[in-house]
Amino acid sequence: MIENLNVFAVRTLTQKEYFAPGHRSCQGCAEALAVRLVCKALGRNIIIAAATGCMEIVSSPLPFTSWRVPWFHCAFENTAAVASGIEVGLKVLMRKGRIPQKKIVTVGMAGDGGTADIGLQALSGALERGHDFIYVCTDNEAYMNTGIQRSSSTPFGASTTTSPAGKTAMGQITWKKNMAAIAAAHNIPYVATACPSYPIDLIQKVKKAADIKGAAYIHILSVCPTGWRSAPDLSIKLGRLAVETGTFPLYEVEHGRYHLSIDFPKLKPIKEYIKLQGRFRHLTEEMIEEIQNRIQREYEVLRERAKRGF
Amino acid sequence: MAKRVGMEVSIAAAEAVKQANVDVISAYPITPQTHIVEHLSEIVANGEMDAEFFCVESEHSAMSICIGSEATGARSFTCTSAQGLALMAEMTYIASGLRLPILMIVANRTLSAPLSIWNDHSDAMMIRDCGWVQYFVENGQEVYDHVFISYRLGEDRKVLFPVIINMDGFILSHVIEPIELIEQEKIDQFLPPYQPLHQLHPDKPITMGAFALPAIFAETKKAQEVALRGSMPKILEVWKAFGDMTGRYYQPVETYKAEDAKTLLVTMGSIGETASVAIDKMREQGRSVGLVKIRLWRPFPFEALKQATLHAKNLVVIDRAVSVGGPGGPVASEVKAAIYGEVLRPSIYNFVAGISGRDVAPIDFIKMVDKAEIEIEEGRKDGYEIYGVRE
Repeated sequence: MIENLNVFAVRTLTQKEYFAPGHRSCQGCAEALAVRLVCKALGRNIIIAAATGCMEIVSSPLPFTSWRVPWFHCAFENTAAVASGIEVGLKVLMRKGRIPQKKIVTVGMAGDGGTADIGLQALSGALERGHDFIYVCTDNEAYMNTGIQRSSSTPFGASTTTSPAGKTAMGQITWKKNMAAIAAAHNIPYVATACPSYPIDLIQKVKKAADIKGAAYIHILSVCPTGWRSAPDLSIKLGRLAVETGTFPLYEVEHGRYHLSIDFPKLKPIKEYIKLQGRFRHLTEEMIEEIQNRIQREYEVLRERAKRGF
Repeated sequence: MAKRVGMEVSIAAAEAVKQANVDVISAYPITPQTHIVEHLSEIVANGEMDAEFFCVESEHSAMSICIGSEATGARSFTCTSAQGLALMAEMTYIASGLRLPILMIVANRTLSAPLSIWNDHSDAMMIRDCGWVQYFVENGQEVYDHVFISYRLGEDRKVLFPVIINMDGFILSHVIEPIELIEQEKIDQFLPPYQPLHQLHPDKPITMGAFALPAIFAETKKAQEVALRGSMPKILEVWKAFGDMTGRYYQPVETYKAEDAKTLLVTMGSIGETASVAIDKMREQGRSVGLVKIRLWRPFPFEALKQATLHAKNLVVIDRAVSVGGPGGPVASEVKAAIYGEVLRPSIYNFVAGISGRDVAPIDFIKMVDKAEIEIEEGRKDGYEIYGVRE
């Protein structure tokens, strides 16, 4: 995808905003940026089913709304099921001629908690049933809305309010759950990872997901300065470093075939990424080395799969 | 002329869903609701009905799909029992808060633990305050009829509430009863396609499910409360229209030999039919007893209940669920609340009977009336017990 960058320019993107400015997200929130880009990519003919979480809270205090597209929030754990219902409702109403025939993209949006933890069952059900929709997980690697509690998507070693670094603990003791792989294991036609630090790549992937018939899953790393204890002006840089260090590789799985969106012959040292974040500040050299080794190993596995194609 | 056929009540319920031209059906199997979804799957698989059927991975998702599809303007249906209802409880509050007129049939079953698949009302009572219109029906015909009644009522723009039809699991769901089927043309006239007030569509973007700060939440809740209470005239109007069409007129509270009775049995659900047999027997013995059956559980018919009960000396209220550690059964609580403001009011004796499918025969009702009359006579005016426990 990235190699097409030269034929694309940011100025070719629509100037229309469907996620309106004026919402209440924190300074430097890359999740808000991700959502904004997803909306730009899809245009106005969409319906969004959103989970409870930061993006819901910052955008919909009754009687205000930041949404210029139809937007529906129900609960935390059922985004994929609600999106399924919307997709099915539109399908049957069009078939019966009660609303005009028209391509309307149904989008489910949830954070990492709403996807990898509490919403995993509903998501798995929706992917297995094969609804024609896009599920976007904006992953900021903890429950930021409730005050930075750990999720299964929190990276190893990160200190959160429920996986604090202390005298006997070194922060999160488990490795980040690989949601994209779990989605791909459902044999859906399209899975991708993206990051708003690579906006054109993100937009292309979302557009591709919209064109594909069937369920598509896009996992977007969304830097959260509040939760990561990082400077708000470094959000874009941190997103880039996550990709460049191999911490969050950008890739697609199209009909089971793996493709690296951008391949680095040599990954940047993980330390460059970690040192900018307060949540990792307690890590010892040994732990950083452990993380470095595992990331290197996992990146090699991914690269091999991309070479093989599956 | 309407056809009268013998069929299992669950099959009749499924046939009604077909005749109501439901667009989306989403459910998860649980005993004793299963026959409804099985039959609906067959109907859709055989192309007898143009609907989307989804057997999903949980009841929570079943209700969530209905919420999503209903929000697009598609008539949606689900059904469940007990643990399934417990799992989707969160979404029942959301469906009514969002004013989405989904229909759900609950084949009432006991909540665990201990696990039991048999019938009582503990599942329905758990979501008593979820803000849906809630009926408790007495027989298969009422289940069939109320599918049409519920959609016509719920989808009315003056109502816009989801509706639950509670029918006793097994006792109703699995028995074969004579059902008078209504001709399709009549149903199409009674129940035209759903015209949603708001629907999710890009041509008219709306935000649904915003969050409310304390500064506005109370106002939204009050609006919901006023609307559900205010739906009472519409409930009566729809029942009247249905009666005019079929000859079967329903009331929120129904009475049987109650007008001159000194002691009234108060029931809800299918045991009302058994209780009426007991009333006949006691009347034969010259006893002054009658029966009051509650059909509409929410909005609660306070006025109708008062009218039916205030003249009596004793009320014997039968509950099918326990409010553990509470004031007695939930129906008795409501009845007490309804008549508390009256200067002259009957004494109330409350029995919890038939929990988890234990049979309640006519003789049991007679025993309960006997005991209640003696206890009240002896001055125990607010009694409560679980009936028939071996101890």
